[in-house]
Amino acid sequence: MPNMNMIQALNSALDIMLDRDRDVIIFGEDVGYFGGVFRTTDGLQERHGDHRVFDTPLSEGGIAATAFGMGLNGLRPVVEIQFADYIFPAYDQIVNEMAKIRHRSGGEFWSPVTLRTPAGGGIRGGHHHSQSPESQFTHTPGLKVVYCSTPYNAKGLLISSIECNDPVIFFEPKRCYRGPFYGDPHKVPTWADHPEAEVPEEHYSIQLGKARLATEGDSCTVIAWGAMVHVCEKAIEESGVSCDLIDLQSLVPWDKDAITKSVEKTGRCVIVHEAPKTSGFGAEMAASVQERCFYMLESPIERVTGWDTPFPHTTEWDYMPGPTRIAAAIHRTQED
Amino acid sequence: MGSDMKESKIEVPDAPFRPGEVSSFESWTWEPGDLSKPEATTCTYDETAHLANGLVRVLDDKGEASGEWDPDLDPEVLRLGLEHMVRLRIFDDRMMKMQRTGLLSFYMRSLGEEAVAIAQTMALNQDDWIFPTYRQPGAQFVRGRDMVSMICHCIGNEEDNIKGRQMPVHYSYRDGRFISISSPVGTQFSQAVGVALASKHKGLDEVTITWIGDGASAEGDYHYALNFASVYNAPVILNLVNNQWAISTHANFATGKGNFATRGLPYGLASIRVDGNDFLALYSVTKWARERASAGLGATHIEVLTYRAGAHSSSDDPSRYRPGDEHTKWPGGDPVLRLKDHLIKIGEWSDKRQDDLESRMDSEVVDAYKEAVKYGDLANGPYPSSDTIFTEVYEEIPWHLKEQHDQMMEE
Repeated sequence: MPNMNMIQALNSALDIMLDRDRDVIIFGEDVGYFGGVFRTTDGLQERHGDHRVFDTPLSEGGIAATAFGMGLNGLRPVVEIQFADYIFPAYDQIVNEMAKIRHRSGGEFWSPVTLRTPAGGGIRGGHHHSQSPESQFTHTPGLKVVYCSTPYNAKGLLISSIECNDPVIFFEPKRCYRGPFYGDPHKVPTWADHPEAEVPEEHYSIQLGKARLATEGDSCTVIAWGAMVHVCEKAIEESGVSCDLIDLQSLVPWDKDAITKSVEKTGRCVIVHEAPKTSGFGAEMAASVQERCFYMLESPIERVTGWDTPFPHTTEWDYMPGPTRIAAAIHRTQED
Repeated sequence: MGSDMKESKIEVPDAPFRPGEVSSFESWTWEPGDLSKPEATTCTYDETAHLANGLVRVLDDKGEASGEWDPDLDPEVLRLGLEHMVRLRIFDDRMMKMQRTGLLSFYMRSLGEEAVAIAQTMALNQDDWIFPTYRQPGAQFVRGRDMVSMICHCIGNEEDNIKGRQMPVHYSYRDGRFISISSPVGTQFSQAVGVALASKHKGLDEVTITWIGDGASAEGDYHYALNFASVYNAPVILNLVNNQWAISTHANFATGKGNFATRGLPYGLASIRVDGNDFLALYSVTKWARERASAGLGATHIEVLTYRAGAHSSSDDPSRYRPGDEHTKWPGGDPVLRLKDHLIKIGEWSDKRQDDLESRMDSEVVDAYKEAVKYGDLANGPYPSSDTIFTEVYEEIPWHLKEQHDQMMEE
């Protein structure tokens, strides 16, 4: 099985879907001739033609609206918003239009758009190339929200998202495009030799709504998504505590069975995300775990998140949750 | 706190006339026959500049049709157009009465703008896509929608095809390729370009028509639409209905200087301004735009110049911000009377036939209304079952909605 980095895995998913379904059409800023600023659509225009893979004006609102209209008329558009930070001009189209069309029309119309967007920090991107705005979409009924973390799940989840008849917001942790990230900016490995970088060449899918158990343990449940999955792996190792690490993968709908099963076993829970704490998706996780597992909990649920501030540039490592902060939270859950 | 300036220099526009003032619009300088009709399938966008700066008219003030833009329609087509317009006006009156007596939560009439959606939809092919605002419900009559089903939607009763989920007048009619109406103004304009591009991707000879108001043309979606339509040469007809008013906001707040029609030209789009109360002119420019799109020459931007004779909605009182009789001063007159007068002028209609048509439409509307309320009224129901809150949010109901559904049923 070939080793792929996340970019190659995403590219493979897009390539396969372009081959399988003539109604799949890909567009966005710089995605056509150039192949995307992160190279995710590299070679696709050459292989599938510029009527299937093309560049757009710099207009996120226009991209979302055009994709929505194409979806209404039978196509399956897969569009790229170059950075999640730039999704907001498209917010009305996503929240009021894509998310509501099936319901508002009594099921007469729907639009199966997949909206891919690189998210999260760790690339010295400052305020506007680092944010992780998943909770601004998980709060909107009608959308599915996916956050990949490895080459293997990136490909399988993207294929499922494209095949899904509901609109999907697909977040890609840009810090992990070329390697897993363990929280040390001075030591950034590639995906070479990583087991989750063994990616089949052919079509496969990962069911939306299912989490992945990244590591298995007995004493604490750590819930994360995106780049934080790898940081948590390192934190668990440093803590010396035996933990279940749940890579959520889908935020809406999320995998309640995987989480309740794990917390019922461990009685302890730490939730980790890069986005700010207040109203972050961690709040939803914490509330849900407490609703479902209250009598099994042995200690308060911990949240380790980005701060409630704009995302910084040079001090980003003080902002993003790192192994030390996460390990400390894991240890706090172990106190009597 | 506060700046210490003597006098603010901000310049804020105003409506031309306010309550208590006498509205007087100058009559139009363009007469039918003034503007040439370029060849739709060959002319360049800049060869339409005279059309954007002028006003395409076919009917004069006496009901005579003339000029190159006269579509030379069979009287049967004209009578059908008149019938749909009368149908819509009487339907609107009945719905407004229902709203006033508590049988509908809300309503929006098309008064004074009946010709717009009806003439334009009649000029299209049956499988062209319609992407309307709430001021184009009349297109549904052209596409054959059953009136009972429209009223059931407005009530939001058990037979509402969208299950009581949206406010009245937010129709969805898939069989007529009439796409679900959304409240946020302007969003459909840029979406319509996507619908049109999908037809093009499939290699079909389908054109998409959409409308936006003068007010909503200040939204980004309007500009996205013009730009994307131009960049990808989309087969779409982009209508800006300038009815002078966006609730209380006059069109002067949507454009600083100049008319709306010419905005299409710098985008490289054929652009036309048309008398929106002139059925023949509307039909003609739409047919022209369709031919052009079908021939691969892309989008046409049309300013439909008209006047919103009624209130914005049942919740609005225009006497607070404009002279109450302003619509009677509008140079475009009443679109229904103008088509009627024309038909009489050419010997294809009479006052007697008009009276008969009106009473036939009246019975049709009353019968439909009586049947619709059998399926439930706003005060007493029956409404769509409460289960419908949870269905069609997604293709399949996810676990968290099932859980919330069960919780609602228990409580």
